[in-house]
Amino acid sequence: MKKKVLALLMVCMMIVSVGLAGCSSKTETAAPAETASPADETVKVGWMGSLTGDQAVWGQCELNTVKMLFEEINGKGGVLGKKLEVIGYDTKGDPQEAVNVAKRLTTQDKVCAILGPNASGNAIPIAPVLEEAKVPDIATVATNPKVTVLDGKVKPYNFRVCFIDPYQGAVAAGYAADILKAKSAAVLYDVGDDYSQGLTEFFEEFFVKKGGTIVAREGFKTGDVDFRPQLSKIKAANPEVIFMPYFFKEVALSANQARELGIDAILMGGDGWPSEQLISMAKDAVEGSFFVNHLDYEDPEVQDFKTRYKAKYGKDVELNGYLVHDAVLMFVDGMTRAGEANGEKIAQALETTDIKGITGRIKISKETHNPEGKDAAILKIVDGKYVFQQKFAAE
Amino acid sequence: MGNEYILGIFTLAGINLMTVLGLSLLTGFTGLFSFGHAGFMAIGGYATALMTLNFHWPFIPSLMVGGLAAALVSAVLGKVTLKLKGDYFCIATLGFGEAVRLILDNVQTFGGARGWPGIPHYTNFWNVLGINIVAIIILANLIHSRHGRNMIAVREEELASQIVGINVFKYKMISLVISAAYAGIAGGMMGHYMTFLQPKMFSLVKSTELTIIVIFGGLGSISGSVLGALVLTSLPEILRAFSSWRLVFYGLAVIFIMISRPEGLMGGYELTPSSMKRLYRNIVSKRSKAVHSAGGDK
Repeated sequence: MKKKVLALLMVCMMIVSVGLAGCSSKTETAAPAETASPADETVKVGWMGSLTGDQAVWGQCELNTVKMLFEEINGKGGVLGKKLEVIGYDTKGDPQEAVNVAKRLTTQDKVCAILGPNASGNAIPIAPVLEEAKVPDIATVATNPKVTVLDGKVKPYNFRVCFIDPYQGAVAAGYAADILKAKSAAVLYDVGDDYSQGLTEFFEEFFVKKGGTIVAREGFKTGDVDFRPQLSKIKAANPEVIFMPYFFKEVALSANQARELGIDAILMGGDGWPSEQLISMAKDAVEGSFFVNHLDYEDPEVQDFKTRYKAKYGKDVELNGYLVHDAVLMFVDGMTRAGEANGEKIAQALETTDIKGITGRIKISKETHNPEGKDAAILKIVDGKYVFQQKFAAE
Repeated sequence: MGNEYILGIFTLAGINLMTVLGLSLLTGFTGLFSFGHAGFMAIGGYATALMTLNFHWPFIPSLMVGGLAAALVSAVLGKVTLKLKGDYFCIATLGFGEAVRLILDNVQTFGGARGWPGIPHYTNFWNVLGINIVAIIILANLIHSRHGRNMIAVREEELASQIVGINVFKYKMISLVISAAYAGIAGGMMGHYMTFLQPKMFSLVKSTELTIIVIFGGLGSISGSVLGALVLTSLPEILRAFSSWRLVFYGLAVIFIMISRPEGLMGGYELTPSSMKRLYRNIVSKRSKAVHSAGGDK
């Protein structure tokens, strides 16, 4: 009997605490600047992304970057005389959680803009929430075209700082055909991954358009660790280039296995590649490979940010850090031009963004809310280092 | 203030509850474990979205189509797998759930793994609440009918119930089909809440989560399922304060509760008006006894 009452009590407490959780708790706030400013002078900015799950490395780097930049901005007096404060929540890369987080940020924390998420699958479902609350969102590496445009109509509150999948696929295909002079290519891709499917589709389309042939197309399932059956088939087709549009962990495994099987084709990939782990897991196998990236790591423009981040956190910046850096710049510029921390006005200002970020010039197109004509960087892996080859724009 | 967020969580809890109710019938009352109900949700979700988007049907009839689609698929699945005993059925459902997800990953008509955006936003707290109430009433009536008692008999002792003349296969089948229909409707509500469907949303993790809710709430208790869905859907949101440690605490909380109450929150009891009255009377009588004895000591 006592036990039953206890259990019931526990349940009641939990339900009540849902309500309480709504009213309290401001998690993950950036450390305020030395002088505590009155509450009405802080501007709350939301961030969302993966702090847990398989993309946690990138999410944590994003949040760290935002915190660091906001501290620096606050140190210089803030924006429009107001201090910035970031409120960051974890989505575990789950679309359902992303919707919860978007609702919490817009209705509870009353943020004036949201930075992130990095995954397209999370950026798409939050659109109706943003529209209802009239809060703009700047996605970092959500490269699916449908994040900002749906059925030919631009979503009024969704923006991004990165290029999109068709462009990335076109760049990879163009580089393979024009610069590497490849006539045949094989694609190995993750059938269960949205990003991988998108890149595969556009790479094939543009490579064929350039006069090349796709000699093999093999799929694997998210979480697979053995790629030998698919690679054996690819080996039989004898391509000049193998396109591997997926993330660094699988890239490292499949590259190692490809070399074991004696495949000496050039490996190519997208922005899922760059990571310290890729080099540590498969240094020799990916030697001489090319991939498309958002920026060149050795570019003088990014050195300052790289050293600042390393000095503060003692870790190297991941790719997402650079993009969220530009998302912050874009937000600050938008808010300055809007004249106040009002979501609707900031969204209007963001439509006419034209700034110089560390990943290139960001000129937002009114029709698509994408940065226009952002060059992609082609990087080659030489001696375990990412060596910049050239900026490459697809026609 | 912030109602939107709280209502959002309750809406999600309601959507989960819909599947959990069906699963409660299958696992809690008929004794069959399933690790593939996310697959039924996916079928229902995609079928419902197909009806509203391509055929412009209203929401509720589309949901019915979604439920029906899942029920039909489950009937076929049941026909081939329900003869399997015990764990084997569980493994078959596991395979089924993964197969559905992988098929959807590769059907480009529905966007493949990249997902299907642009689904109209029809689901809100109130229609979820309404549908759940109807679902609970139907389920409660079913369980208290002869059919429900037969299902419980199958759960308790399959062989004995066969001997007394219960058609075990038939009752397992009914249970599976109803639970799949519930899951299908839940999937439809989910798609029209998120305005987006992605096969990733219906992974094995989702199926396990649903089964955990049923066990957590207490096998063989509808009110347990309701409580379980509410608690386990809102728990990750309550734990937001822990940031990246959130899911560790979520796991710990579930383990703690399962250790302290291995039979689940409700443990087969039901929370009905009459049982609450009884509980209240028990507490009051105990207290008055305590007061009485304390007085006696003086």
